[in-house]
Amino acid sequence: MILKIAFRNILRNGRRSVMTLLAIAVSGIAIVLFGEFIAFVRVSLETNAVENVGHLTVFKRGYFDYGAGNPGAFGIDDYQGVIRTIAQDPVIGPTLNVVTPTISLSGIAGNFAIDASKTFLGTGYVPRDREKLRRWDAHGVTGRRVLPDPGLSDEDESRGVVGVGLARVLGLCQALHIASCPPRPQPAVRTVSTSAGAPPSIALDPEAEPDARPRGPRLDLLAATASGAPNVMSLYVARAEPQGARELDENVVLMSFSLAQQLLYGRGEKKATAILLQLRRTEDLARVRARLGSLFAERHLDLEVRDFAEREPFYRQAVGMFGAIFLFISLIMGVIVLFTVVNTMGMSVAERTSEIGTVRAMGVRRGGVRRLFVVEGAMLGAFGATLGVLSGQLLAVLFNRTGATWTPPGQAAPVPLAVLTSGVNGLLVLGWVGLVVMATVAAVVPANRAARLQVVDALRHV
Amino acid sequence: MATQGAKGPVVRFENVGKVYDDEGLGVAAVKGVTFDIPRERFAMIVGPSGSGKTTLLNLIGCIDTPTTGRLEVCGEDVGALGDDALTDFRSRNIAFVFQGFNLLPVLTAYENVEYPLLLIGQSASERRGRTLAMLESVGLADQRDHRPNQLSGGQKQRVAVARALVKGPALVLADEPTANLDSRTGAELIALMRTVQAEHKASFVFSTHDPQLISHADDTFVIRDGALVSHSGEGGRP
Repeated sequence: MILKIAFRNILRNGRRSVMTLLAIAVSGIAIVLFGEFIAFVRVSLETNAVENVGHLTVFKRGYFDYGAGNPGAFGIDDYQGVIRTIAQDPVIGPTLNVVTPTISLSGIAGNFAIDASKTFLGTGYVPRDREKLRRWDAHGVTGRRVLPDPGLSDEDESRGVVGVGLARVLGLCQALHIASCPPRPQPAVRTVSTSAGAPPSIALDPEAEPDARPRGPRLDLLAATASGAPNVMSLYVARAEPQGARELDENVVLMSFSLAQQLLYGRGEKKATAILLQLRRTEDLARVRARLGSLFAERHLDLEVRDFAEREPFYRQAVGMFGAIFLFISLIMGVIVLFTVVNTMGMSVAERTSEIGTVRAMGVRRGGVRRLFVVEGAMLGAFGATLGVLSGQLLAVLFNRTGATWTPPGQAAPVPLAVLTSGVNGLLVLGWVGLVVMATVAAVVPANRAARLQVVDALRHV
Repeated sequence: MATQGAKGPVVRFENVGKVYDDEGLGVAAVKGVTFDIPRERFAMIVGPSGSGKTTLLNLIGCIDTPTTGRLEVCGEDVGALGDDALTDFRSRNIAFVFQGFNLLPVLTAYENVEYPLLLIGQSASERRGRTLAMLESVGLADQRDHRPNQLSGGQKQRVAVARALVKGPALVLADEPTANLDSRTGAELIALMRTVQAEHKASFVFSTHDPQLISHADDTFVIRDGALVSHSGEGGRP
């Protein structure tokens, strides 16, 4: 009966109830749309991070904190054996998409044709593994995008990719057909080169025949080997790839793993500075990480494991920032719902004072009166939240069909702007429950006022 | 289902007073009255406007509490009961017929009559049987699905009477029940209440200054300026 009375009382003042329901529904729509947008941003950032560094990275212990100063000294011994161990593990193996060695190093990149040089941060990948890494899209956020030319090749280890900024600094804009480069100013005094032309590369195999294949402009990369000796290798830049941050854009060099290995280790023992693990599903991350820890402990391997959020702090910062914005917006929406329902229920109590007196006289306790108004508030919340969540989902589906794009923070190229409409049941349920709770809580104040009315005063009310 | 099988009066006032606090000034609405209202009778509290008869009726109905004195209703010292206990006591023993009918507008005639039975926890089948029987006895079986705004004044008051009697209360209180009705409808209502009072053995207490209603009284208590000035019938204090 209490539900029947509550429902009919909601219908009693239709216009007021509709306005209240709309206020709750609009709040619901805002929460759903923004929540789904943030969910999309989160999985986009995750996808971007996992494409670049995988889910988990195995380092020699200490590399993550100190290795950048001397990466060669923190190489993983027998990295191929470690990879085999990981890939053949019955727990980890089935979860893997890619397990691959990489090398990180730094040095100086020079284009001696124009006497320009620049420090660089390089990463060496196994080209075919990098292609698999780049195609990870477990959340389906990248859609059917066409991936650009990878730039690296298993057949030609001297090919590489640089940041657009680095290409600009080293005068490769024309050769790489980069349209966004401003005209290069001529230096006032031309520096005289110490040699007649470009210096010969210190090739690993000096006996090798020159290759006639078209390879793009050449850079000479200078780095210190693990033993401290200077080493120079030639990199033929296949293309330039824009990076999200200017510092990165002017420093990044991607090369094949074997070239990086030759540059960092020369003729010495070949190691890898990291082993990337890309899983099929992010949900397996914690389990695989724990298993890696026990595996390394069992085999007395001096290795440590970091996940993508640790390696790419921007991911955590961006997710945290969007989460805070979502919380703030949800709070504002909650307050709007609170005041709307308080106002509506307050008017309802005032209008029904005589009825409150009647039911109290008939034997309804104060708690019964309170319950009636709280149920009405909850019912308003439930109807409004249902309307809001359903409308929000519908609008989200329609929005996703517009094909909008945007350039998220930390990325250089536009990506699809969408909201995540699947796998967000938690958000929908929480949003719905939150609105209902808010409406219910809002009804408590007027309900208490109704319950505290003296029967005689309430009956006398006109 | 008149619950009081006891022999004593249905209401006993012992030096009961009621003072309202009106902006810091104490206004005595009832001034130390002492009298009994006998059981299963048609009792009228009469007097001019502002004489205190509605206050007396509110005290009897346990929707107001005396400032001084002792009040027994259906043998219970109601001054000793807390708010919830008093509410439950009303639910079991007392029913009201209001001057303005006070039907719940969102409920049908049937649901309005059924409502008091819900409050005392009767089963669905029992509620249905009693409600239909009561609507039948007040001649509104055909209007059972009508909302109050679809009923005439007389029909509303009949529903109010049915609602009051459906749970078989020991005491039915009616504050000016004919005030909003024309004289013919008022007479019909009085006749109806007389009939159901005889059937249900309930005690009826009215506050009124309607001579037509007063002419049906078994007991009459005349109140003026908050004090009992005269009575007729079996009431008073033996």
